[in-house]
Amino acid sequence: MNFETTIGLEVHIEMKTKSKAFSPAPVKYGVEQNTNTNVVDWGFPGVLPTVNKGALEYGMRAALALNCEITKDIHFDRKNYFYPDNPKAYQITQSETPIGRNGWLEIEVDGKKKKIGIEEMHVEEDAGKNTHSPDGYSYVDLNRQGTPLIEIVSKPDITSADEAYAYLVRLRQIIQFTGISDVKMEEGSMRADVNVSVRPIGSDKFGTKTEMKNLNSFEHVRKGAHYEAKRQQRVLLSGGKIQQETRRFDEPTGETILMRVKEGASDYRYFPEPDIPPIHISDDWIEEVRASIPEMPDKRREKYVSSWGIPEYDAGVLTQTKEMSDFFEATVAEGADAKLAANWLMGEVNAYMNANKLELLETKLTPENLAGMIKLIEDGTISSKIAKKVFQEIISNGSEPKAWVEAKGLVQLSDPAVLEPLIETVLNNNEKSIEDFKNGKGRAIGFLVGQIMKETHGKANPKIVNKLLMDSLKKR
Amino acid sequence: MAISASEVEHVAGLAKLAFTDEELQKFTGQMDEIIGMVQQLSEVDTDGIPVTTHVTDATGVMREDVAVSGTPREELMRNVPQHQDGYIKVPAIIDESEEA
Repeated sequence: MNFETTIGLEVHIEMKTKSKAFSPAPVKYGVEQNTNTNVVDWGFPGVLPTVNKGALEYGMRAALALNCEITKDIHFDRKNYFYPDNPKAYQITQSETPIGRNGWLEIEVDGKKKKIGIEEMHVEEDAGKNTHSPDGYSYVDLNRQGTPLIEIVSKPDITSADEAYAYLVRLRQIIQFTGISDVKMEEGSMRADVNVSVRPIGSDKFGTKTEMKNLNSFEHVRKGAHYEAKRQQRVLLSGGKIQQETRRFDEPTGETILMRVKEGASDYRYFPEPDIPPIHISDDWIEEVRASIPEMPDKRREKYVSSWGIPEYDAGVLTQTKEMSDFFEATVAEGADAKLAANWLMGEVNAYMNANKLELLETKLTPENLAGMIKLIEDGTISSKIAKKVFQEIISNGSEPKAWVEAKGLVQLSDPAVLEPLIETVLNNNEKSIEDFKNGKGRAIGFLVGQIMKETHGKANPKIVNKLLMDSLKKR
Repeated sequence: MAISASEVEHVAGLAKLAFTDEELQKFTGQMDEIIGMVQQLSEVDTDGIPVTTHVTDATGVMREDVAVSGTPREELMRNVPQHQDGYIKVPAIIDESEEA
């Protein structure tokens, strides 16, 4: 029997608003425990939540960027559960009126494009953080409590682990370009729950699904989904049944392990949040938010290729992250040639980032300085060999390229009045090479150019040296 | 019966309540009567009527995204039975929820 796999992804993304979703306490990472919380986050008696307009706006941005319809009349719901990471004993979420519905994004796997549907996406609040200690206690930090999240639920369109991986990469890229989140799996600002089921090919009913929660690496999602699909096929082929359960991806073995049989959704006893009256989202507001969304990667890629003459592949690399794409565009805006800027960013800049394990914005490089250096190359002020030195300086120390080049005396020698006497001296000292040249040995030219470079400490403009040298040789 | 004793016990468990057998019988009977009474509403034709989520006709007011410093930790901790190094200290409950 042959099976097909169905994968559903529920992705939680922390949004980087200034304040929390339902209280004005600050949203900040890496601060001392329990210092960015207030009585609302702690669920003190008598407190009331207030809706952060920014959180809804960010949610709408994500929804619009993912081609969703916006729900015009929304309310919030309570999801009830007891756990020390949330002293209110309920999470405020949107179970009935998610901010966005029926969206899609496009992935590409093995050269084939495919649209993956988005069922819905909703705004909700994150919980605090428990640290379990071997002393039998848990230590609770509520700084994260109330941080706005957007949860994005895919339609059952994903049919392989590779597609699941491609979906996450694409989702992260789009969300990053909207500017609402850093979407860093390793820092927990993006987390994925993965549902997997299999069914015999041709069956019109989905199989029973199992769930893996809070995976924090794309690779784990890929491996976990792949393993789980194979496991379910084995169970079914040997006459067994799949039960609805939560499993854990075990990194060392690459297997999934049973955690618990899942409770029903009704156990959360959802009901409309009575403390927050319904909110109407006007068309004007939607259009305002739409206008505030930065240009998406696909649009940028198209612009790079058709207007700026960048090869398709390079345009794809440059739009992988918003930082890179913004940096590239700013460099071009500073007057750099687009192709040269692209080459430097993809070549030397990337190499520097990898070698020093730095993000682009962690280096000292600025678009102004990169553009300044490119202009110095273009107008012949520095040679491409000297440019490598200048580059190291501007990316490591942030120096202004023109001033640094002048201060270090690295300006390229292009003046014939300076170069000609030098060339004459070199020729006079190398009669043998002149003879070789006249006898048709082209290599002699290279040797003579090398000598001139040596005399000028690499600063001579090679183009002009070549031309002047040929002129002199012909006269002899 | 609109509700069984085991359903009442289950819901009580979700609310961290425990009943004696006697209480369970008593509450199941009461719950059954309440549900029976509320069920009269299902006789009303509600086709095409939007779901009522809130009984007032107030519209939600939003707050601009401006951060205000939190409540001082020492203040908040005054109501915490056990705390240590700025953390709330609770008996370890190994993860059942992982909510988000």
